[in-house]
Amino acid sequence: MKKTRKLIISVGSMNALSSILAIVAGLVAGFIILLVSNASQALGGFKTILTGGFSDMFNLGQVLYYATPIIMTGLSVGFAGKTGLFNIGASGQFTCGMYASILVAIKCSFLPNPLQCLAALLAGVLAGAIWGFIPGILKALRNVHEVIACIMMNYIGMYLVNHLIKVTGIYDQLKNMTMRVPTGANLPSLGLNSLFSTATEQGSVRPSSVGSGILIAIIACILMYIILEKTKFGYELKSCGFNREAARYAGINENRGVILSMVIAGALSGLGGALLALAGAGRGIAVVEVLAGEGFQGIPVALLGLYNPIGILFSGILVAYLTQSGFLLQRLNFAPEIIEIIVSIIIYFSALALLLKGVIKVFFQEKDGTGDANKEDGDGGDG
Amino acid sequence: MEAVIEMRGITKTFPGIIANDKINLDLLRGEIHALLGENGAGKSTLMSILFGLYQPDEGEIFKNGEAVSVNGPNDATRLGIGMVHQHFKLVQNFTVLENIVLGVESTKHGFLSMDDARTRVLNLSEQYGLSINPDSLISDITVGMQQRVEILKMLYRDNEILIFDEPTAVLTPQEIDELMSIMKGLVAEGKSILFITHKLAEIKRVADRCTVLRKGRYIGTVDVASTDVEQLSEMMVGRKVSLVVEKEDAVPAEVVLAVKGLTVRNKATGKSVVNDVTFEVRAGEIVCIAGIDGNGQSELVYALTGIRPADEGSIKLSEEDISHATVRRRSNAGMAHIPEDRHRHGLVLDYNLAYNLVLQTYFTPRFQSHGFLRYGEIYSYADELIKRFDIRSGQGGRTPTRSMSGGNQQKAIVAREIDRSPKLLVAVQPTRGLDVGAIEYIHKQLVAQRTGGAGVLLVSLELDEVMNVSDRILVIYEGRIVADVSPKEATLQELGLYMSGSKSNVGAGVGKEGPEV
Repeated sequence: MKKTRKLIISVGSMNALSSILAIVAGLVAGFIILLVSNASQALGGFKTILTGGFSDMFNLGQVLYYATPIIMTGLSVGFAGKTGLFNIGASGQFTCGMYASILVAIKCSFLPNPLQCLAALLAGVLAGAIWGFIPGILKALRNVHEVIACIMMNYIGMYLVNHLIKVTGIYDQLKNMTMRVPTGANLPSLGLNSLFSTATEQGSVRPSSVGSGILIAIIACILMYIILEKTKFGYELKSCGFNREAARYAGINENRGVILSMVIAGALSGLGGALLALAGAGRGIAVVEVLAGEGFQGIPVALLGLYNPIGILFSGILVAYLTQSGFLLQRLNFAPEIIEIIVSIIIYFSALALLLKGVIKVFFQEKDGTGDANKEDGDGGDG
Repeated sequence: MEAVIEMRGITKTFPGIIANDKINLDLLRGEIHALLGENGAGKSTLMSILFGLYQPDEGEIFKNGEAVSVNGPNDATRLGIGMVHQHFKLVQNFTVLENIVLGVESTKHGFLSMDDARTRVLNLSEQYGLSINPDSLISDITVGMQQRVEILKMLYRDNEILIFDEPTAVLTPQEIDELMSIMKGLVAEGKSILFITHKLAEIKRVADRCTVLRKGRYIGTVDVASTDVEQLSEMMVGRKVSLVVEKEDAVPAEVVLAVKGLTVRNKATGKSVVNDVTFEVRAGEIVCIAGIDGNGQSELVYALTGIRPADEGSIKLSEEDISHATVRRRSNAGMAHIPEDRHRHGLVLDYNLAYNLVLQTYFTPRFQSHGFLRYGEIYSYADELIKRFDIRSGQGGRTPTRSMSGGNQQKAIVAREIDRSPKLLVAVQPTRGLDVGAIEYIHKQLVAQRTGGAGVLLVSLELDEVMNVSDRILVIYEGRIVADVSPKEATLQELGLYMSGSKSNVGAGVGKEGPEV
């Protein structure tokens, strides 16, 4: 018992446990909502939520397709978070990245195929990086809070892109959105779409929208993990995030850390936009006055993944999985919005992860904390 | 004399730790009873139980011979138990009077009636010789005055058992004298005092009896008059401790630190917090900056180490001008820094011990190549330091720093800074909050650095430490160096006068802020 208790209280497992608790709480709440809205179908509906994404290869493919951009924005929020910055600007960075890659993909059709795609990806990364750089440099030099700067950059990005779409001649007036990206510029699907596909009743094959984008997202997660955990640069960034004063004391250039962290975060979001634009599923930017939802979904994904790049990979897939299950709920005459409620509740609980950690601690440590009693004694002279 | 409070067989366990193990304590009416023990000995837990913050697992508490249960601070107040916490619980922008009545305000038809309260407070302050001005704002009065307000708060609530939790930590020698006489006055009026401390000299001065705890266990209760300081410290630590730092005379060599006209201004007010400071530190000597907290010490150290820029003046580290150098350059040029606040500056608590031990050197070729950290090297280096400096840590280099005790966290910082063989070691309150054993250890390390040929700049608020360790004392007051004395010639009283500004000092100010009647 003592051993298990120790294991549970160890930091890593406690973090994971709080995320799992958040998910379970969200699902339970979702079940209650299903019961309220249509009791007779509730069990079936709940089963759909749990298994929908796995029900066939097509659905699984769609899960991975939806997961790709939100993994990237989640990674963006998480990476900045490790440096102690709250990158709420993933939305603007995402939009700018998406726009830049669509623009390059359409305008640079003279390039040979693989180069065209690569140029479009790079353009997305670059645009996102610039959109991250601005709040970063404002924070470093003028101590402007990154949340304020990021929110403003979100709106600037959205309106600017809406304007630029029309000016730069990639506007499709009929659909009120960007033109389709030429097929040649799309990311190679590497056969993933036909791997994740389902034979329809008519005998034809229905491929999913997944492509090599998900592989790039996975590579990005691994890369960020290595940077954060294995390199000197990551050590410096995390020092700034954990304890800025101590970083300054140790002679770490925190301003450089802040700027670079925001640039990398922006680049990740921008890449997310590019991956969605070049996925070959025909997604473009609609010219409407709405901030890109993928950017904000990155925040819960990062929270649920506890800012850990590998955790974010899985939480991104989970959120996408629930979203896909939500589409399937419609078959049972449920509103697909129910799934958004469930995702919101999970997010809500994951945002309360700290509190849940406290609950776990109390549950396994009896009523009053050891830590506090001894700390008071041990650190009596501090403060 | 009968016992007002008896605690019998108090046991309190927290998972994995027995904080109090069958502890007995009896407090007689009209006595000052000291509770002595190292950090973590269980003093705070025991007092928290008496004050109702924790419930004991076993044992009973008797008030005037009757068993009572204390379920919270409100119960404690009802039983007449009051406590002056180490960190005062006062509302900064309330007046003295408002703070005293806070929580027990007397009202008429829902409106405050402060006049009755004022009369009572003035009567109490006269009766116990605690002169205060009831209309001063807390933020305007000295720390010693604030402590009086805390004492008056207890008296206003008719408490007869007064707990003082390390009350002298924040006071000047003069203020300590006054506190001691106030305490004696209180017991003369029939109050009983529990006095928590780890300073032996103070126990000898005021306490009648002393109960010693060690690692949660009751060691014994002794009559203070017939016990000497060495015996008390042995009871507390469990072994003989040398209270005096043994060192040979300093042999100052070349200048390692030359500070000239250093001025640091407060950004908001433009007021000079460090004002035209000039001094030198030579290799092979320990120079101590003594002063009351908040007289510019922190800012001076920040400017010296580069954490914040100086506004005027120059700093030379053995001939190299580092007035405008970055923290990293100063550190590479041979400056080591044991910071004032180990949690704020000294450690990244979310990193493990090994990561913290390379905080100043992680970028050197030994610990990284091509930007990748060399784990093997980092952890073997950590193991080496842990062994050499006897840093107690459960899981070696992988111990979460946050879980370590204050003393061992400080040892880790000292190890890290000393192992870089600095030319100049800046140590700011290196023994703050540590127990006798750890203090002894850190003092030895400082002296060893000096003897090894480094210059040591020690910033300390503890006069015992200042007198014991240093070779030369600079006293800082309101950002200026007001004295440069040798510890052999200066007396504690003299230092105290320098520290408080002048001989007709304001800081301890008896009577000066007296009530206007």
